[in-house]
Amino acid sequence: MKFGVLLNSAIAALLAVPIIGYLLGPLRSKGYTSWVLLGPLTQFPEGQTRLASFRNPFVRPWDGQTADIACWVRRLSGEDFQVFAVNCAHLGCPVRWFAQSGLFMCPCHGGVYYADGSRASGPPERGLFEYSHKVENGNLIIQAGQLPTLATQARLMSGRRSSCAG
Amino acid sequence: MRWLKAVGDWFDQRLQLSAPVREAMLHRVPSRSASWWYVFGSAALTLFILQIVTGILLAVVYVPSAAQAWTSLEALNHDLPLGWFLRAMHGWGSNFMVALVLIHMMQVFLFGAYKYPRELTWIVGVFLLLMTLGMAFSGQVLRFDQDAYWGLGIGASITGRVPVIGGALVHLLLGGPIIGGDTLLRFFTLHVFLIPGLLIALVGLHLLMVLKLGINDWPMPGRVVRRATYLKEYEELTRKDGVPFVPDAIWKDMVFAAGIVVAVACCALFFGPFGPTGQPDPTIIQTVPKPDYFFLWLYALLALLPPQMETPALLLMPPLLIAFLILLPFLSGEGEKSWRRRPMAVAVMALAAVALSTFTHLSRYSPWSPVMNAWSGDPLPAEVLQGRSALERQGALVFQAKQCRNCHQIGGSGGLRGPDLDRVAVRLTRDQLIRQVLQGGGNMPAYGKNLRPAEVTALVSFLETLRPPGQPPARDASRPGAAKAELAPSPGHP
Repeated sequence: MKFGVLLNSAIAALLAVPIIGYLLGPLRSKGYTSWVLLGPLTQFPEGQTRLASFRNPFVRPWDGQTADIACWVRRLSGEDFQVFAVNCAHLGCPVRWFAQSGLFMCPCHGGVYYADGSRASGPPERGLFEYSHKVENGNLIIQAGQLPTLATQARLMSGRRSSCAG
Repeated sequence: MRWLKAVGDWFDQRLQLSAPVREAMLHRVPSRSASWWYVFGSAALTLFILQIVTGILLAVVYVPSAAQAWTSLEALNHDLPLGWFLRAMHGWGSNFMVALVLIHMMQVFLFGAYKYPRELTWIVGVFLLLMTLGMAFSGQVLRFDQDAYWGLGIGASITGRVPVIGGALVHLLLGGPIIGGDTLLRFFTLHVFLIPGLLIALVGLHLLMVLKLGINDWPMPGRVVRRATYLKEYEELTRKDGVPFVPDAIWKDMVFAAGIVVAVACCALFFGPFGPTGQPDPTIIQTVPKPDYFFLWLYALLALLPPQMETPALLLMPPLLIAFLILLPFLSGEGEKSWRRRPMAVAVMALAAVALSTFTHLSRYSPWSPVMNAWSGDPLPAEVLQGRSALERQGALVFQAKQCRNCHQIGGSGGLRGPDLDRVAVRLTRDQLIRQVLQGGGNMPAYGKNLRPAEVTALVSFLETLRPPGQPPARDASRPGAAKAELAPSPGHP
């Protein structure tokens, strides 16, 4: 009896290893970021902020249109860009750009951001999430791949300005 | 008829079920407990069965793929005969079930039914409530539309606030880096296999305990629960003043449950299915996502909590609340059952009910959200423009064009995020208006960088005209000279 319980517990523990491993599948130590082409510079007039979209670099065939991700591209001048996630830093709703007042407004809980993405008012505790970006051969390229939240934005922020210079 | 009995006997000889079933049907319940107050649980169970039936029928057509779920719902709504009705039944059934489970819980709480010896019945009930809410949320996700998509984003954002492991949890919740096909499949698995399986098991356990321990006796002020004597007293009560469950009590359960099912069907027929709203395309950002009815209170809470309290409240409140519910029968497992002798219980219940309904009511018109198209869609009332100078009218244009209207009402339309400005000139002097516009403050962004000086002058001139006739404008008492100038009748108010 005791032996039987022990034997079955051991087998259950052995089986749990692959099952837990399977369930933890979505975690990747190297994270989910990759360089994505956003479009030629000519698409983004200087001094304007425009909505752009890209196909997420990590997709499954059954993702459909959910893998089309939008972002706000602000071209200050020349190759000086800022690329913001549409997701509000509060709870991820899509913020909208109002060129007339130079503000991003969130429809959910009323978060507002200035043109440079910094927090203006409302519940967000920080500014908009920004994607790292670079310009190559006349194209704007950003580093993207995962839904930005307070916990998953760290990699989006890394080396924003330095990558711009390089 | 004789052959029917023969077949029945054949089965019973092998199954040995008729004795326990008869015992369960005829078990005696206190006559006062055969009451219209004791029908909510069985009605919730009836709705659960209805949800299983309609859910299975919907699963025949629904495609749990991010690329096609929305299209398959549209097909259910428009192409398949009566597909819309089944979707409506399932949607309304869900709403009714959440409501009934909550009402059942309130009744059990107020009638002290969680006390000895029914502590475990209550605890299992708490998990049944949580799972019912889990079904409601995952069901909303399966209606894979814009609201579902952004609702998942909100769920991920809340998860992302967990310290240290937040990022890992977000990816586990979404089943990958973004909201997509794997996310939908996760919630499909939860909604169709995992939670219903657990629900069936726990509902069985819950019912078994009600049968074994007997239905709660009608609470009487002064009839106190004591561990040492309760079981004997209950047994005596059912013996002296008891009635058989079938038919004396069950007919009320059956009538009420039938009424509820008819109500669900009527709502389904008259109001139709829920959504789907726009397709789940994240590049369509012209959307105002809102949660389903039963999570509206959370939507309000997230808008109204001070920002620095949000994360602790989101992460600590649910576990504390659940812990309180689970510990409740151990904190007050004995004593009075009647709500007449339990003022704290009534106060807690009333507070919870008032808070929930207030938050839900506020969420119906969400005063904290800017009205995104007010600046282009809501015209200014003619009164505020009549007889105004060119500069003031220019200011009115600035007011509209700079989206001030999205947060500020004038003449009863516009956003409610900021104060309405119909009488702003009574409250703020010219200098205060300029300061507020340029620097912002409170919930208002600073417009200093986005307005030219001429625009500020025009805007403030317009705002200064916004006061009811006959009321003097605000004045700065510390500056007599300025006050005198402000008191002079403005060209706007002849």
